[in-house]
Amino acid sequence: MPDANSLYGPLDPAPDAGWTQAPPRMGFFTDTSVCIGCKACEVACKEWNGVPDGGFDLLGMSYDNTGALTANSWRHVAFIEQPRPAGQRTPPFAGDPTGPTTGSPASASVGAGTTTDTGTSPGLPPGRGEPAARMAAGPEFLGMPGAQPPGRGTGAESRTDFRWLMMSDVCKHCTHAACLDVCPTGSLFRTEFGTVVVQEDICNGCGYCISACPYGVIDQRKDDGRAWKCTLCYDRLGAGMTPACAQACPTESIQYGPLDELRDRAAQRVATLHERGVPEARLYGHDPTDGVGGDGAFFLLLDEPEVYGLPPDPVVTTRDLPRMWKRAGLAALAMAAATVAAFVGGSS
Amino acid sequence: MAEAHPVGFQWVMEAKKRGAKVFHVDPRFTRTSALADTYLPIRAGTDIALLGGVVRYILDNELDFREYVLAYTNAATIVSEQFADTEDLDGLFSGYNPETGSYDHASWQYEGHEGNTKIRGTGKERDSASGLEHESHGEPVPAQTQRDETLRHPRCVYQILKRHFARYTPEMVARVCGIPEEKFLELARAWTENSGRERTGALVYSVGWTQHSVGVQYIRTGSIIQTLLGNMGRPGGGILALRGHASIQGSTDIPTLFNLLPGYLPMPHHADHPTFDKWVDSIRHPGQKGFWGNSGAFAASLLKAYWGDAATPENDFGYGWLPRMTGDHGTYQQVLNMIDGKVKGYFLLGQNPAVGSAHGRAQRLGMANLDWLVVRDLFLIESATFWKNSPEIATGEIVPQECRTEVFFLPAASHVEKEGTFTQTQRLLQWREKAVNPPGDARSELWFFYHLGRVLREKLAGSTTPRDRALLDLTWDYPTHGPHAEPSAEAVLKEINGYDVATGRPLNAFAEAKDDGSTAIGCWIYTGVYADGVNQAARRKSRHEQDWVAAEWGWAWPANRRTLYNRASADPEGRPWSDRKKYVWWDPDAGEWTGYDVPDFEKTKPPSYRPPDDASGPEALAGDDPFVMQGDGKAWLYAPSGVLDGPLPTHYEPAESPMRNPLYGQQANPTRKIYEHPVNRINPSPPEPHSEVFPYVFTVSRLTEHHTAGGMSRTVPRLAELQPEMFVEVSPELAAEVGLAHLGWAHLISGRAAIEARVLVTDRLTPLRVDGRIIHQVWLPYHFGSEGLVTGDSANDLFGITLDPNVLIQESKIGTCDIRPGRRPTGPALLDLVGDYQRRAGMTVDRKVPIVTTDVLGGENAAGSTDEQTPEAAACDGEDHA
Amino acid sequence: MGLKTFIQGWPVYRQLTGTDPLGRGAAAQSARSAGLTARTETADGVARSVCPYCAVGCGQRVFHSEGRVTQIEGDPDSPISRGRLCPKGSASKSLVTSPLRQTKVRYRRPYATDWEDLDLDVALDMIADRILAAREETWEDVDDEGRPLNRTLGISSLGGATLDNEENYLIKKLFTAMGALQIENQARI
Repeated sequence: MPDANSLYGPLDPAPDAGWTQAPPRMGFFTDTSVCIGCKACEVACKEWNGVPDGGFDLLGMSYDNTGALTANSWRHVAFIEQPRPAGQRTPPFAGDPTGPTTGSPASASVGAGTTTDTGTSPGLPPGRGEPAARMAAGPEFLGMPGAQPPGRGTGAESRTDFRWLMMSDVCKHCTHAACLDVCPTGSLFRTEFGTVVVQEDICNGCGYCISACPYGVIDQRKDDGRAWKCTLCYDRLGAGMTPACAQACPTESIQYGPLDELRDRAAQRVATLHERGVPEARLYGHDPTDGVGGDGAFFLLLDEPEVYGLPPDPVVTTRDLPRMWKRAGLAALAMAAATVAAFVGGSS
Repeated sequence: MAEAHPVGFQWVMEAKKRGAKVFHVDPRFTRTSALADTYLPIRAGTDIALLGGVVRYILDNELDFREYVLAYTNAATIVSEQFADTEDLDGLFSGYNPETGSYDHASWQYEGHEGNTKIRGTGKERDSASGLEHESHGEPVPAQTQRDETLRHPRCVYQILKRHFARYTPEMVARVCGIPEEKFLELARAWTENSGRERTGALVYSVGWTQHSVGVQYIRTGSIIQTLLGNMGRPGGGILALRGHASIQGSTDIPTLFNLLPGYLPMPHHADHPTFDKWVDSIRHPGQKGFWGNSGAFAASLLKAYWGDAATPENDFGYGWLPRMTGDHGTYQQVLNMIDGKVKGYFLLGQNPAVGSAHGRAQRLGMANLDWLVVRDLFLIESATFWKNSPEIATGEIVPQECRTEVFFLPAASHVEKEGTFTQTQRLLQWREKAVNPPGDARSELWFFYHLGRVLREKLAGSTTPRDRALLDLTWDYPTHGPHAEPSAEAVLKEINGYDVATGRPLNAFAEAKDDGSTAIGCWIYTGVYADGVNQAARRKSRHEQDWVAAEWGWAWPANRRTLYNRASADPEGRPWSDRKKYVWWDPDAGEWTGYDVPDFEKTKPPSYRPPDDASGPEALAGDDPFVMQGDGKAWLYAPSGVLDGPLPTHYEPAESPMRNPLYGQQANPTRKIYEHPVNRINPSPPEPHSEVFPYVFTVSRLTEHHTAGGMSRTVPRLAELQPEMFVEVSPELAAEVGLAHLGWAHLISGRAAIEARVLVTDRLTPLRVDGRIIHQVWLPYHFGSEGLVTGDSANDLFGITLDPNVLIQESKIGTCDIRPGRRPTGPALLDLVGDYQRRAGMTVDRKVPIVTTDVLGGENAAGSTDEQTPEAAACDGEDHA
Repeated sequence: MGLKTFIQGWPVYRQLTGTDPLGRGAAAQSARSAGLTARTETADGVARSVCPYCAVGCGQRVFHSEGRVTQIEGDPDSPISRGRLCPKGSASKSLVTSPLRQTKVRYRRPYATDWEDLDLDVALDMIADRILAAREETWEDVDDEGRPLNRTLGISSLGGATLDNEENYLIKKLFTAMGALQIENQARI
C-alpha cells in the first residue's frame, strides 16, 4: 500500500511507488560554492541525451545564454553578478579608487527583459526588468518595522567584495512530484532510484505536468509537443554509471550518489564553510519536511534562493489533493443524502 | 585558469579545499576571480611592476630562502664593473645600441668574463628568436665564477637585484598597476609565508604573460621570485606554462618553428654556423658545465635520422643540406612578405590566422596575394574562405574576380580518426588510440605529408640538381597500412625515440646517443618514449593503482621525469629540505639518488662530489649543482646573457599605452621587434603626441565556451549556443562616459581596424586610478570570425604587430583604441573611419615609431623627456571626468 | 504474445495486482524504459584518447559502434583529469561527428567566385607541382659571400599545435629537406 504520506511529508519514494527491492535513493548535491560556471554539465547532458540546441541568442544575463531550464536545456548554469550590499555601496572592488558605480541595475533590467526562442514551450520566460534591477542593486532595507533586509544575518552585510555567483540548476526530482501526480498517461514515473522520469514513448504532450511543477522545470518541445526534462541519466544509472553532468563536472560542484550520503556530505560542507568565514552558505531542498518532501537534487547556496531564481518555499501543487478529494467526497455524499432526503421527504 | 583550463583548475580547487589561499590578478573579473579568495584588478601590461614589487618585498624583508639561494643560485656571483643598471640609465641597461635597437651583452657578464658573450648588439639574435633555444639550454657562462657568500659585495647579484628593484615600492605598484597597497601587501605576505622549507608555492602562467612586447621578462620576474623563495625543483612549486593547444608543447619540442630543429637544436645560421663543428660548438659551449656537453651526439643522431645511409661522418652527416637562416623568418615577417608578393605558397595546418593571429587584415591581405594556399582543417574556416567572405570583401580591398590565390581545401582527420601522441602542458606524451576511420577525403597530416613526400620524390627521381639531393636521400620509407596506405605513427615515434643504426634496437635513454653515426634519433629529448621497444606514451595505469606522481601514466620528457631540476628538492647534503616536502634525496647506504620521481641528477654522483678544475660538461657539475642544464649549474636570478632585453626584468609600458612610463624615461621595451610596413601602423603612445585619439585600453582572451579562433567551437552547436555572439565588456562608468547601453552595439577603432560588438555592461570591469588618472579597460573575446554557426567581428583585427625580442611573440594582450556607441560603418566608409583616426593620430606612412624615449644617451635619440606630458594627454586625467 | 502476457503487460493490470496501486512507479514503467541500456555498455569498442582542445591533456574514452563515434567522455583513470571534461572536451563527439565537417576536397581556381570539386590524388599531385615550381622560382643556393643557404623563402607553413608529434616530425623533416625554412605554428603566437 502507498504510504500515508504519498503526497506530502517525508518518505522513501521508490518503495512507495511499488519498487520492492529498490536500491538506495540516488540524487545530486550541487555545491555552488565550487561551481566555476564552465557549463560542462550543460554540454555533457546534451551530448549524452541528444538534446537539441536551444537557440543562438545573446541574452545579456551575465554569461548565461541558456536562460532557464527548458525542454532543450536540462542543466542550466545561472550567473549572478552581485555588487556589494546596499548601505555599503562603495566601488565594485573593495579598496579600488574608482568612484561610484552606475548602470548595473539598468543593465540587469535590460538583461531580464531579453528572451529567446528556445524551440520549447513555455521555454524561456522573459524576466521583469524592475525586480531584476532591484536585485542588481543588492539587498535593500524596506524600512518596515521588524523587517530585516534580506540577507541580514547570513553574511551578506559583512561581504566587502563584488561576487559572481554561479549555479548549475536541474530538475529537483522531488520526493513528492506533482508532475508525476498529475500525469494522466503514466508517462511520468518514479524509477527504482527514486528519480522522476518522463517516458518519451508514453508522453502525449497534454502539458498538465508543466503547470504542476513548483520549480517551473518541466517544459514542452515545440516540434514534437512532448514534455522533456532531466532523467538523472536513467539509462546510465541502470548500468551503474554516473550521470553525464556529474561525470564531467571539473570541480565536483555536481556530486552524484545515494541521497543519504549526499545529505551528510552537504551538512559537513556547510559546517566547514561556516568555520571558514562563509556564514551565508546554506542548503536548499535538502529537508525531507519541506513542501515537496525534500529534493532528490538539492543545493548548497551562497545567498537567498530567490537570488538564483529558485522559489523560496516550494510546495507540491498536489499537496491538498487528498483533502480536496475527501471534501469532494463528503460533499458528494451530502448531496446524495440531501437528494435522498428530498425524495424521501417528497414522498411523504 | 578556470576560464581557459577548467579541468586543470580542479587542482586549484583541491588546494583551496585543503586551505590554500587563491589570489587572482587580472584586468577583468573572470570565472577564476569568482573562486579566488582575493581578486586584484590590474592595469593590463604592468605585471612586471607588480612582480617587481614582490621581489623588493622579499629582499627588503630578507624573506628569501637563504640557504637555498646561496647554494643553488647565482646570488653570490660578482658581476662585471662595466655593468650599468636601468637605475643609472633611466630605463636602459649598459650596452644599448640605438642603431640596431639591441644590446651588446659584454658589460652584463660575470666579473672577469666580459669577453664571454657572442651577443654584440647587432639584433641578429632577435631575428632568429634565439630565446627559444634557451628554453632548454641557456647561454654560455663560465663554470667558475667569483662569489661573495656573504652577499655584501656591491656587485654581487643579490645586491644588484636589491638596487634594481628598490623603486618597485608598494606605492609604485599602486601607481603603475592600480592595485591598492594593502591588497598588494596581502599578496606579497601570502606568497612569502607559503614558501620555504616546509611549504612551496606554484606559479602558473599562460599567454596573458607571453603575448607582450616584454613577455619573456614577465616570466623571468616570476622565476626570480620562485628562485628567491626556494620554490624551484620542489614538489608543489615551480613555474608552469599552462599552454592552450593539445600538442603545442609537442610542436615546440619537435618544432614546426623556423628557428629550431627537434630537441631545441638551433636551425643553422648562414654566418654563425658555417660548419657542423661550429654549429655543434655553438650549442655545447666547450668548457661549460652541464648536459649540453653531449650535443654533438644529439646533432649527429638527428641528421642520421633524417638522411640515413647518406649521412656519414665524412659529409658531416648531411649538415650542408640544412637550410640556413639569415634573419627573421617568423610568421609575421612571412605575412608582410606575402603582402609584398614574395611568398608563393602557404600551408595552413589546423590553424586559422585570419582570426587567430594579430592584425587579421594583414593576414587576409597576405593570403590574397599568394600563388596558392593549402588549408587542411576539419571545417571551412575563415582562412579558407577569405576570398569570398571576409571584411575586406565588404570594403572592396579583396575582389574575388581579381584575387589570384588558388586555394586547396583538404579535409583533415580528427583526433579520434588517427593514432599518435600529443605532448600536453607538463611535457607528458599521451598516445591516442584510433576509434574510427576518417570520413570521405579526410586524412591525417601523417598521411598527407608522407604521400606528399612520396610524390615529390617520385617527381624528382633521377634529378641531378644538387638542391634535390636532400629530398632524394631522405629516409622516407615508413610502413603503411589500410586502404588509404596510412603511414604507421608508431614507426615514426620509434624514429623520434631513436635507434641503434646497426641493429634497429630502440634506444632507452639519450645518454646512448653517439656522435659517430651509429645512432639515429629524431628528437633526443624524447629518447626513452620507446624504451625497451614499448610505446611508453600508451601506458594507462590507473591513478588508483599508483602513487600521486603517477609515473606510469604516459611518458614525460626527459627520461619520464615529472619535475625538472628535482635535485633542488633536497638540501646541498642531499637530505630533503623537510619531511613534508620530500621528493628526491640521496640515499647514502645505497649510494644513489632516490625518491618519488626520476632524479634529475646523475644517479650515483654524491652531494659531496667536487669536479676537477679542468672538467666540462656533466662531469663539471658539482654534487650540489641542481640546475644541470645551466652552464654553471645554478638558477639565474640575474641572466648575464641570453635574455636580449636585459639581465633583469624592467617595467616598460606596452607598445601601445595611454600612459607615460611612471618608472623610467624609457617608455617601452627598447629592443622590441617592430615592423615598419604601410599596413602595420602602431598607435601613438606618450611621449609621442596624439595618444589621446585612442584613450582606452583593450585586452582580449578566451571564453570557457570557445577555443582559439573558433574553428573547433563556433562550428559546434553545443558550444556556439553558449556564447553566441561577439561582445565587449565595459564598466558601468565607461558605459556612462561613452553612452553605451547594455546589449546595444558599440564599435572599437584602432589604427588598423574598426570592429563592432554587442555591449555587456558589467561590474566585472572596473576603471582604475593610475598615476593620478582614470584608465578604462575593455575586454573582448577573440574567438569570432565570419564563418561557423555564430559569427562576429574579430578582436585580433584591432592589433598591430609588435613582438617580444626574445621569441618573436606578438603583443596581443593589450592595445589602445577608441570606443563609440552604435554599429560600425560598412563598405568603404569603414576604411574612411580608420583613415580618419590615423590622420588625427598623425599615423602617416612615413612616421617612425620612437624607440628610445630617454635622453640618457644624449641628444638625437631622445624623442621626449621624462616629465614632458602633452596637453592632450593631460586632458585625459581623471579630474576632468570627475 | 499470449493473451496472459498481454494482459500482464497492461499497466492497469500491473497497477491493480502489483505493489504500485497508485500507478506512479513500477507499474507505470514502459517497456522501453525497462529495456534502456547505456550505449557505452553496448559499444563495439572504446579507444583511450586525449582531448583535442587545450594542453591540459584530459583523458577521453571514445566509444564507437559500427564505425561511428557514439560517446566521448572523461577517462576516470587519468591522474590529470580524473574523468572530468570541460564544455569543449564534453562537446568532442559533436565536434568529430559534425555535419558541418568538410569531407570532400574543395578547390578554388584563381579569380573564381566559388568552390569546385577535386579528386584528392589530383590535388596532391597539383600541390607537389606547385611546391617544385615555387622552389625553382625562389631557390637560394648561397648568400652574397658564397656561404650556403640551401633554401626557399617562397613557401610558408603555419600549424602544428593541434597535430600529433609524429605529424609535426614528418612536416618538419619534409619541409627541411625541401629547403622550406618558414615553418611556424601557434607556439609563436
